[in-house]
Amino acid sequence: MDRSVNLLDLALGLDEPSPLRGKVVLIEDCVETSGSFVLHQMMKRLLSPHSSDSLIFLAFARPFSHYDRVLRKLGCNLATQKTNNRLVFVDMLMMKCSDNESGVAKLFREIQGTVGKLRSVTNSNITVMVDDMSLLEIAATNSNSDHVLDFLHYCHTLTSESNCSVVTLNHEDIYSSMERPAYLLQMVCLADIVIKAEPLASGLANDVHGQLTVVNKGMISSKSGKGSSRNKLQNFQFRIKENGIEYFYPGCSRN
Amino acid sequence: MADSIFRKLRDGGEEGELAPALTVEETVASPFALDVSCYLLANLSSSILAGKSKSEGLVLVTFSQSPSFYLQFLKQKGIFVSSSSKWIRVLDCYTDPLGWIDQPSPGVITEGSSLIKLHKCVSDLKRLFSSIIEAGREMVGDGKTRFSVAIDSVNELLRHSSMPLVSGLLTDLRSHAQVSSLFWSLNTDLHQEKVTNALEYISTMKANLEPFCPSSDGKRNALENLFLVHQDFGKGRFHIRFKLRKGRVRVMSEEYHVDQTGINFSPISSVETIIAATKSLIPKASYLVHFNLQLSEKERFEKEKVVLPFEHQDHGKSTEIYDGRRTLADGKTEATPLSSGELQADVVSSGKGGEIIYFRDSDDEHPDSDEDPDDDLDI
Repeated sequence: MDRSVNLLDLALGLDEPSPLRGKVVLIEDCVETSGSFVLHQMMKRLLSPHSSDSLIFLAFARPFSHYDRVLRKLGCNLATQKTNNRLVFVDMLMMKCSDNESGVAKLFREIQGTVGKLRSVTNSNITVMVDDMSLLEIAATNSNSDHVLDFLHYCHTLTSESNCSVVTLNHEDIYSSMERPAYLLQMVCLADIVIKAEPLASGLANDVHGQLTVVNKGMISSKSGKGSSRNKLQNFQFRIKENGIEYFYPGCSRN
Repeated sequence: MADSIFRKLRDGGEEGELAPALTVEETVASPFALDVSCYLLANLSSSILAGKSKSEGLVLVTFSQSPSFYLQFLKQKGIFVSSSSKWIRVLDCYTDPLGWIDQPSPGVITEGSSLIKLHKCVSDLKRLFSSIIEAGREMVGDGKTRFSVAIDSVNELLRHSSMPLVSGLLTDLRSHAQVSSLFWSLNTDLHQEKVTNALEYISTMKANLEPFCPSSDGKRNALENLFLVHQDFGKGRFHIRFKLRKGRVRVMSEEYHVDQTGINFSPISSVETIIAATKSLIPKASYLVHFNLQLSEKERFEKEKVVLPFEHQDHGKSTEIYDGRRTLADGKTEATPLSSGELQADVVSSGKGGEIIYFRDSDDEHPDSDEDPDDDLDI
């Protein structure tokens, strides 16, 4: 298994032990540049044989077969991880939340219960991953963003009480209109790390598929110990290949 | 300067007056209100324990972080809080603000239940007010002894309740006889300007964090500002505005720097340092200037040496240039023999007529003077 550390890993502090423990990570993307690959890369890291972390994945966008196919190309067998109880895959496409606050509350209680069960058998990091928040809003509350923010707040409580990590994907361009800026900003404020995937200013290119900006806000008296990555911003470009992603600084030759 | 707001909170207000209140404003690009709140919390706690504060207790209302986060922070600052501590009470509006959880999760602190109380209905502000006062009276009794109130963030409050209700809660707290001082934080990018203004009206002090990056131009650019910050964006300016009793306003500023241990304040650096720092923060492309409108000293000297056209008399005779400083009559008297002599010579020799009499503009005349340049026309 590839243990080399790339620029995204460095920006997230993945070269340190359990750097995302107790943190909320927000991935923002847009129509021109999808940020799903960041989710896949993080899944691969979390479920690697060198780690003992667990993952609770709430899938609103695609079925299990899609993620299984993608992660197989990256060298990770999701079916095996499910069997080993390192992966709890919640297929939200099959489930339907009721159209009020209680549906979202019930969903959170189920996640909290799952975290409790995992915590009873492992002390490793547990990550709750949501793909994606805009579909959670549609599935659960039919355009009431307040309930989604409430859900995110309660997920945030898991980071402090159960020492979990929370990773969410959100589409910035859906909410960037003047009527809805506060919703997106609320999510940004709640996050400790914001990863923004966007196209190059110069447009489409064959060799460079986009750029990532990682803002690591960190926290006072961070639980990660070293926490040297507080208040850091990094920007680099990426190229999506068949079996992985290449990251490089603008103008640098790729390895 | 940050010490001055801490002292105001520590000393409280005069009897019969509303308690001093502080709003700490942050933005998406300068999200350090939590650090400021922790700074004030640590200082207030120390002064209460040392008996140097007008208040004898502190009620901490948590919305954005867990109570254990603050207790851990105080422990790192050497202030140990146990279940038997009688100077602090925590109202936990963070763990279960909407009553979604039937039973508290294993991670919630259950020991010392009088120290931390779970509050499950943040939208009921009357009940929240009662809970805060009850927590304060648990520490100091019902008499005249006072306590301070710290609300880590009003953003969640404003999400669940209207602005008038939140303003009412804060005003009620200020008006209570046993509340010595009060502070809260707010992210101005999350709310309309009227909300920010309303809370500023209630407070006697306002502190805001300004990053070293382009200022926000409305909410639409708040996200862009976050990604425009410098690689190391934990620095900026800390502005404090005091409302004095007579209506005057006093403004003070200093610089802040945020690191793992929290926020640190320092006097404002020299202007050159700020300019140099700011230049290093802004991408170099912004300083690509294609025109240089300034003259160097050498260029200015060379310009003054230039002899203008029509002043150069290439007849081998000494050149006398009218510089505009002598009177016009003198100038004409002196200039005329020269030019007329030449004219006569030219007329005699070549038979041609005409002469050019050139008067240089006065060096004293400013380009943008109010004088009408057509005043010299003899119409």
